[in-house]
Amino acid sequence: MKIHLASVFVDDQEKALRFYTDVLGFVKKTEVPLGEHRWLTVVSPEEPEGTELVLEPDAHPAVKPYKAALLDDGIPATSFAVDDVRAEFDRLSRLGVHFTQEPVDMGPVTTAVLDDTCGNLIQIAQHH
Amino acid sequence: MPEDVFKALADPTRRHILDELADRNGQSLFEIRARLATKHGLGMSRQAISQHLAVLEAAELVRTRRQGRYKFHDLNTAPLERIATRWLRTDAAEENQ
Repeated sequence: MKIHLASVFVDDQEKALRFYTDVLGFVKKTEVPLGEHRWLTVVSPEEPEGTELVLEPDAHPAVKPYKAALLDDGIPATSFAVDDVRAEFDRLSRLGVHFTQEPVDMGPVTTAVLDDTCGNLIQIAQHH
Repeated sequence: MPEDVFKALADPTRRHILDELADRNGQSLFEIRARLATKHGLGMSRQAISQHLAVLEAAELVRTRRQGRYKFHDLNTAPLERIATRWLRTDAAEENQ
């Protein structure tokens, strides 16, 4: 068994696609029109055949309270691996990304947490 | 409410929380929880940490602020300064000379 897909609930798929590609640096992998929404996934350019991230619409009524509760406590929706958290923090900050947690050493990892502008916090983690 | 301050400080987990907020102000509950787990080996539930934060807030050692959709916790050292001035007044030291 392998992890093929992971998903984040986004409030606007077009805005999410721009953020996850133009800002974070992922690339679009699949896009299938499904009426009002799309089946939309991105992958890392470092791993084009790796796990796909689904930019899932957050239209279901259960999702918004769920996201709001996670935001309130600062809990990330998911975590991405980076080689150098501080370098990414600097790069993304220059691009106007808002961080709720600056890089902090937490034992085996250094982590930071950013706002994806689509209602989620995303952790970036560097494993030592 | 000085008794609340002493009660809040009596617990080692709450002192760790204050240590971590002294290291960096403006932490989410998630960050506090991650720091307690990874730096102090304290794996605790969200509820347990919330309760500790409530005690620290009641003693005014921690203040929370909302920033948009996030909630951040800040260290407030004013109650500690009141403890220090209660027994460690500089004029009291001078009177003893």
